[in-house]
Amino acid sequence: MNSLEKSNSELLTSSQLRALEAESIHIIREVVAEFERPGLLFSGGKDSIVMLHLAVKALRPAKLPFPIIHIDTGHNFPETIEYRDITAANLEIDLVIGSVPDALTSGRVQASTLPGASRNRLQTPVLLDTIRDGKFDAVFGGARRDEERARSKERVYSFRDEFGQWDPKNQRPELWNLYNGFTNPGQHIRVFPLSNWTELDIWQYILAEGIELPSIYFAHEREVFERDGMLMAYSEFLKPEHGEKVFTERVRFRTVGDMTITAGQKSDAETLEQVITEIAVARVSERGASRADDRTAEAAMEDRKREGYF
Amino acid sequence: MELLRIATTGSVDDGKSTLIGRLLYDSKAIYDDVLDSTEQHSRRQSSEYFNLALLTDGLKVEREQGITIDVAYRYFSTPKRKFILADTPGHVQYTRNMVTGASTADVALIIVDARHGVVEQSRRHAVIGALLGIKHVVVCINKMDLVDFKEEFFRPIQDDLHDLLTELEIKSHHFIPISALEGDNVVEKSDRMPWYIDGPLLPHLEDLELPDNTVDTPFRFPVQYVIRPLSNEYHDYRGYAGTIASGRVEVGQEIAVMPSGATTTITAIETPEGDANSATEGEAVTIRISDNLDISRGAMFSGTTERPATENSFDATVCWMSERTSLKSGVMLRIKHTTHTARAMVSDLECRVDINSLSDLGFCDELKLNEIGQVTLRTSEPLIFDKYADVRGTGSFILIDESTNETIGAGMIGRPPYLGAGLA
Repeated sequence: MNSLEKSNSELLTSSQLRALEAESIHIIREVVAEFERPGLLFSGGKDSIVMLHLAVKALRPAKLPFPIIHIDTGHNFPETIEYRDITAANLEIDLVIGSVPDALTSGRVQASTLPGASRNRLQTPVLLDTIRDGKFDAVFGGARRDEERARSKERVYSFRDEFGQWDPKNQRPELWNLYNGFTNPGQHIRVFPLSNWTELDIWQYILAEGIELPSIYFAHEREVFERDGMLMAYSEFLKPEHGEKVFTERVRFRTVGDMTITAGQKSDAETLEQVITEIAVARVSERGASRADDRTAEAAMEDRKREGYF
Repeated sequence: MELLRIATTGSVDDGKSTLIGRLLYDSKAIYDDVLDSTEQHSRRQSSEYFNLALLTDGLKVEREQGITIDVAYRYFSTPKRKFILADTPGHVQYTRNMVTGASTADVALIIVDARHGVVEQSRRHAVIGALLGIKHVVVCINKMDLVDFKEEFFRPIQDDLHDLLTELEIKSHHFIPISALEGDNVVEKSDRMPWYIDGPLLPHLEDLELPDNTVDTPFRFPVQYVIRPLSNEYHDYRGYAGTIASGRVEVGQEIAVMPSGATTTITAIETPEGDANSATEGEAVTIRISDNLDISRGAMFSGTTERPATENSFDATVCWMSERTSLKSGVMLRIKHTTHTARAMVSDLECRVDINSLSDLGFCDELKLNEIGQVTLRTSEPLIFDKYADVRGTGSFILIDESTNETIGAGMIGRPPYLGAGLA
């Protein structure tokens, strides 16, 4: 690529990103103006980090007028938890934690004893309880429509009934940039400001804005073992079973969820530029590469979303 | 403008999903694992060929029934552009989805089955595209492989739709003979149709030039949210946050604040990248002004000349979207227009419009699901607006049911010149 081509493609990227950024900021401001009690779901993953960054931009120089909400399975990467706590402290915003371990202790949810079971599905009731207890009427989520095919049908303002359910066949039409946020008590809206972003857009924006990420997104040495063709991190929460051998590999994580369901991939990408280069030529989707939870059934995401999942 | 928003519409079985699948597949926007699982599903359905349509049908019921129910959004990019594609189902009963997809689109992609020619639904798609203010239409005449790639199947469709689109005042239109299934003229030029001299679809979409809307359009800025930090550091700060609906604005410019009409001067424009001297349509900015005026959400900044209308009664074209209720005179509704919500009722339901011919079906006492009509609306408070044909962002509104909170109608302020007169 000669230098002229290079600067053209950089300009192109930046105008795409600015258009997406403007759309997201518009959505975030709309929510803050219209809802009484919004909250922002924050997992410490790259999408929620970008969403939080956009929210800060949308409302500056005012402080964020809403808390961030973390549904903690107790099986998170320690790097993510550390990042979450530092971020909340730096921005001086409240952190609301919905705890799966607490829900297990109190008997609100039951852990599955089936092999391969994770706490993924247990997050749904805890999330819905947290939304109800906090009286949140709008909850920002970092989901993108390019992630998964059920998500491609999701609205920017996604209505949830008293049971937190998503009804994909009965969604409110969404026209122009006019979002309908009317709800009755007990119902809420999930708001997805990153709906139109792709994985690559997210990474390019992180680079353009100089946003800091948890270290697990970059290549590092880690004890792993192989399961179903995926490299799982060895931890107290997930141990190898019959015949699976633990070894040290240079890996990075393409998405960040629970340690029990998030797989790493071999990588030498230590910088954002290197990560973007790898992703630009990747032939496997991010959920396919790193999420054991989507492999259980063809419509796994759709089923979980109907129940009230993120 | 390197982001192009496309709405695709087609009739049942004209190969729309296959075409989108082909665009995604050939532009490598489909990852291998998604492709694998789709192929497995395709085999389970015992398709003879790999069913590209399965790539786009997102819900279980859609894959089972082989139909598209709801608007789905797809993303792909080439080195020249990023594309956002709203894939809307073509069934007659899903006009509301088509209106939804078209509301944000720059380009409408209409798909016609070469064997069947222009059917009622092709005309309907063109009409809805025109009503929604889409300036560019690309017609893909698909399944050319099933008519031996013969020009005589292509031309009559082109002639027919050319006349219709001209009547609808859509000046930029383009016709491409394709086979979505076999890939002819989608990404690569087909050598099986030497009589077609123009380029294939994807390069056409990459090079399509969109007009610069910021030159001749008036400045419009609906105030979305007032930022007041209430901190020691920003004690007197007051910024008006919003997205520029049309035109351009710069620091030092004198503006009018509607509805009061008071004038003031812009002292700062804060963009996501920091302070700027000017900003244009589509940018989300925070504007600061020199005077301390009473301004809240729902107000609008404009230039001091060419101000928007401020009225509580206006004409509009409405598409009704509710299965459960119909639109009748005198029924109370909520209206959301720019950043302003009020109550509204129809004071005059002038006529129902035949979407296929655009002729005036005359007086009716209600509009039902998927029907389009011309109405006069009265609102509880004045709205600050332009005609939809002049400014999309300040001429559009949605209607909301007061009891169920559902979005039940979409409206465009004004009256299209061709509406009611009927098409040839």
